[in-house]
Amino acid sequence: MSSITMREAINAALREEMRSQPNMVLLGQDIGAYGGTFGVYRGLYEEFGPDRVRDGPLCESSTVGFGIGLAITGMRCVVEIEFMDFLTVAMDQIVNQAAKLHYFTGSQLSVPLVLRTPIVSRLGMGPQHSQSLEAWFMHIPGLRLVLPSNAHDAKGLMKTALRESNPVIFIENAKLYGTKAEVPEGDYAIPFGKANVLRRGTDVTLVAISGAVPEALAAAEELAGAGVSVEVVDPRTLNPLDTDTLAASLRKTHRMTITHDGYRTAGVAAEISQRMIEEAFDYLDAPILRVTGMDVPVPSGPLHSAVVPSRLKLVEAIQSLLR
Amino acid sequence: MQVAADISSKQSLHLYYQMVLIRRFEEHAIELFGKGLITGSTHPCISQEAVAVGACSTLAPGDLVLATYRGHGIALAMNCDPGRIMAELITRTTGCCQGRGGSMHLCEVDKGFLGTNAIVAAHIPIAGGVALSCKLRKNGKVVLCFFGDGASCEGEFFETLNMSSLWKIPLVLICENNGYAISVPTKLSQCTPDIADRAKGFGIPGVIVDGNDPLAVQRATAEAITRARAGDGPTLIEAKTVRWERHSAFSAGRYDNPEEAQRWKKVDPIPKFRKYLLHHGAGPDELAGEENSAKQAVDEGVKFALASPVAGPESLYEGTFA
Repeated sequence: MSSITMREAINAALREEMRSQPNMVLLGQDIGAYGGTFGVYRGLYEEFGPDRVRDGPLCESSTVGFGIGLAITGMRCVVEIEFMDFLTVAMDQIVNQAAKLHYFTGSQLSVPLVLRTPIVSRLGMGPQHSQSLEAWFMHIPGLRLVLPSNAHDAKGLMKTALRESNPVIFIENAKLYGTKAEVPEGDYAIPFGKANVLRRGTDVTLVAISGAVPEALAAAEELAGAGVSVEVVDPRTLNPLDTDTLAASLRKTHRMTITHDGYRTAGVAAEISQRMIEEAFDYLDAPILRVTGMDVPVPSGPLHSAVVPSRLKLVEAIQSLLR
Repeated sequence: MQVAADISSKQSLHLYYQMVLIRRFEEHAIELFGKGLITGSTHPCISQEAVAVGACSTLAPGDLVLATYRGHGIALAMNCDPGRIMAELITRTTGCCQGRGGSMHLCEVDKGFLGTNAIVAAHIPIAGGVALSCKLRKNGKVVLCFFGDGASCEGEFFETLNMSSLWKIPLVLICENNGYAISVPTKLSQCTPDIADRAKGFGIPGVIVDGNDPLAVQRATAEAITRARAGDGPTLIEAKTVRWERHSAFSAGRYDNPEEAQRWKKVDPIPKFRKYLLHHGAGPDELAGEENSAKQAVDEGVKFALASPVAGPESLYEGTFA
């Protein structure tokens, strides 16, 4: 075990798998000697060379398309898209190609493609660099959707992603890159579809995703001081979604709040809330609340922090549930 | 396998067989659509047979092909079984994709046919990735990517020209320019008369070929493949052809004019090639034999397809994930 950042943990997962899988290739922009926009690829170009750590032209759509072409012919490909907002440029390749090729070819082709991208919702980079669009991908059958919230999970989930036969959208909140956790050295994999109970509690279940997790943990800590016991659960993957663990927590606490940086309307929280209603309606003592990104373009500058969930907003929401 | 320009008569007869096979297959497809057995739509490649047949005849075992929804002919030119292809068109479990894909999504990996795609130009960068895979694995294989004049207006076409030239990957891009993107004629969609001219800007050869002449297509493709296999990178081939049929059997609009229809009939590649073969020593009986064999293969395929079962809803989720 050693304490490393989430950036280093993802780097370690990629490096270890690049060593053990000679058919693995990284594609993207600024991933070579530059080391990736957020430094996740540091040292990989030097170790594996330009054929396998392939810097390419700035064209997200065809970069993903090339990644799919590599993947369907027995190679494993990781494509980095520098900001999640730029996935919009590659939506056809993700939604109509990667997600569907296995199905419509009668299972002849598989797409072992990992598409890594950061959410940059908490750095004030403005409306075209700050979006959390995970709901778009949760909506599409055929895509695995992974959002680690700490270094330990990031490495273990990336290992699983790199052994998957399906396309994986692997979303990293840039605010978390520098956060540290105890991470085992060497190989370990965290299976998809297993939520992680980050903090045990009995009064309220707080489901927190990606960049909202640190705020959720801070809110739980603050509420503990006021005598409220909050259970914080991180689903870690949204497809598959571990409905069982979430529902079990709800059956225990009878109250739930869901938080994420993505937009509120038709967001991930709405889907989770509906599944809870279907699974555990009779156990609810209060409406399920959503504390999400607001339905506005994320402004540049310091005002961005008013748009995303905060400790304060979460504390207020949970207190309102208990009144 | 390198195919010389003056191929043997046996090979030429096989090209003729495949062209007739495709024509008969597509005639049946239109008929089955009319009977409501093909749902949605189907996109016949009638009058474009020479491109598929000429180009695919140059491939060696292990080479790979990707195409568009107007790709039934390319599947057949890749020696996919007409019965399994027709079964896919009418979405039966015996279809090449277990009836999951239908008319626009054909694929037979075992034949080197990585499939047809229903999003215009989306398969072009995928073909690029397949070619990059061949290069990285140093397996000596090449990739043919077929698409239409409509796809040549999409960004991914230009992106792939850039990337494939930059990385010198073994890719042959074959534009089947049939003059129309659904209803829009190329004069309303293309800024220059020749799509092959685009190649210049990307530092690769751009070749124009008579798409109604299988031997001309074969020669141009063979040259491009030699170049690709030698590690010299991609080639863009523009095969100028025609499309008699409407965009799809579903299309409502009319956009043909009598003058053009006359011109199209004159360039029907099948009687034209027949005449060529007769002139070069093939006997009328030999050609009739090929025509009968092709008809028989399609008739049997249609019979097989119609007798095959339809998948039940219990299997709907199968294949969503690998």
